[in-house]
Amino acid sequence: MIEVRNISKSFGDLQVLSDVSLDVNEGEKLAIIGRSGSGKSVLMKHIVGLLKPDSGHVYVDDQDLCCVPYERLRELRKRFGVLFQGGALFDSLSSFENIAFPLRYFSSLSESEIEARVQECLDLVNLSDVGAKNPSELSGGMRKRVALARAISMEPAYILYDEPTSGLDPETSNTINDLINHLASELKVTSVIITHDMHSVLEVADRVAFLYRQDLEWVGPVAEIHDCANPNLNSFVRASEYKIGDSSTATSLSEPSP
Amino acid sequence: MLDSLLAPFRALGQYAILIGRAFASVNEIRMYWKNLFIQMVRIGIDSVPIVALAAAFSGAVLTVQTAYQLETPFIPKTIIGSIVAPSIMLELGVVVAGFILAGRVGARIAAELGTMRVSEQIDALEVMGLNSVGFLILPRVLAGIVMFPVLYVVSCVVGIGTGIFTGHIGGFLSVSEFLEGARQFFQLLDPFIGFIKSVAFGFIVTSIACYKGYYTGGGAVGVGDSTTQAAVLSCVFILVADLLVAMLLL
Repeated sequence: MIEVRNISKSFGDLQVLSDVSLDVNEGEKLAIIGRSGSGKSVLMKHIVGLLKPDSGHVYVDDQDLCCVPYERLRELRKRFGVLFQGGALFDSLSSFENIAFPLRYFSSLSESEIEARVQECLDLVNLSDVGAKNPSELSGGMRKRVALARAISMEPAYILYDEPTSGLDPETSNTINDLINHLASELKVTSVIITHDMHSVLEVADRVAFLYRQDLEWVGPVAEIHDCANPNLNSFVRASEYKIGDSSTATSLSEPSP
Repeated sequence: MLDSLLAPFRALGQYAILIGRAFASVNEIRMYWKNLFIQMVRIGIDSVPIVALAAAFSGAVLTVQTAYQLETPFIPKTIIGSIVAPSIMLELGVVVAGFILAGRVGARIAAELGTMRVSEQIDALEVMGLNSVGFLILPRVLAGIVMFPVLYVVSCVVGIGTGIFTGHIGGFLSVSEFLEGARQFFQLLDPFIGFIKSVAFGFIVTSIACYKGYYTGGGAVGVGDSTTQAAVLSCVFILVADLLVAMLLL
């Protein structure tokens, strides 16, 4: 379980997070939504210990990431798989080598076992035959899927997705959404999805946390997102509905789920 | 105002902590030995041609100009060898190699790490549980410390060799005259000081480049800035270290 307790963070004079508290329950898919610059990615970096808060605490499986020694933090991070916004694949390595990278450093698997595991991960993201290709030879969606394969290669307990569908066409976005759902049910992982794509939220999330400016303004089940009294969230949802424009999707966004 | 005055001290502190962290992870070097080997090849072996080329021209020009300045019947020709050889071993061989490597190695390291930073590859290493400082910085700095002396030797051998060759081909200095002069005033301290300088320059170039690359901010412009700053700062600190070593050991 991930517990975020009263964290605040500033960069110079710019306050990015203010007294944010949030729980991520085991096995759930939590979407953290908000406008660009609302602090979503900063919150994600706190959850995985890449940033330390100015005040407050982040607990992962009851261990405070802000206080543990660096060696312990590294061990805790191995429970996470992170899909970065741009994929963050190592561009000097092939897709296969990218996925094998953590296995080579942190597992005792033999070379043939690593090969089998990499292939298994590639199969899970429906990219069985791109192992030999370099990241520069892959499309944006394929890069994200290879990055996802790398993120799950060490069988993490938590997967963090940073804008998994940004910059992708609607069809590829749907593929990524399906993958998030598939991995959550297949691998029984806890998922945190940072996004401003409401379509994606409705497709994958169990619960939603809404960040507005530096505050966490609303947390609740995805089904209640249309009934909430928060004007900022309502405005955000309405803006997404307008942006999508498609009548069927617009309906699903503007009307509460049964 | 106060902030900008304190900025260099803050940067120095940040640099010291980063390099300290890199050396503190030396116990994990077995995990990174492959990376160390790759960096030794990239920093050392791949730099041999450009260092040799620069050393060849420096040695040749120094010999020609020294001969020109000492063109008088009152000074024996052997004195040319006794000026050229120590100059190369003490100063020219190592400083020319240092400047070349500040551009070639320093800029490459800063650009590489800077790109990894802005494309979140360093964050990806961290969330996998790797110590990114140990993995990225320690092998590069160690490779610099180990390989710069090797390049210094290459620079000296090629520089002195080209000096001898130029004198011989130009017909103003025979091989035996050059070697006699070089032997006459040879002191073991000269190559020793050159060696110390090469170790210091290796550390300076790689550590500054790693620092600039690791803390790159922004996008492509940030990478460009880091690359430029790494090359310029390396050259400046090579000159400072050159003077300090000379003052301390001579």
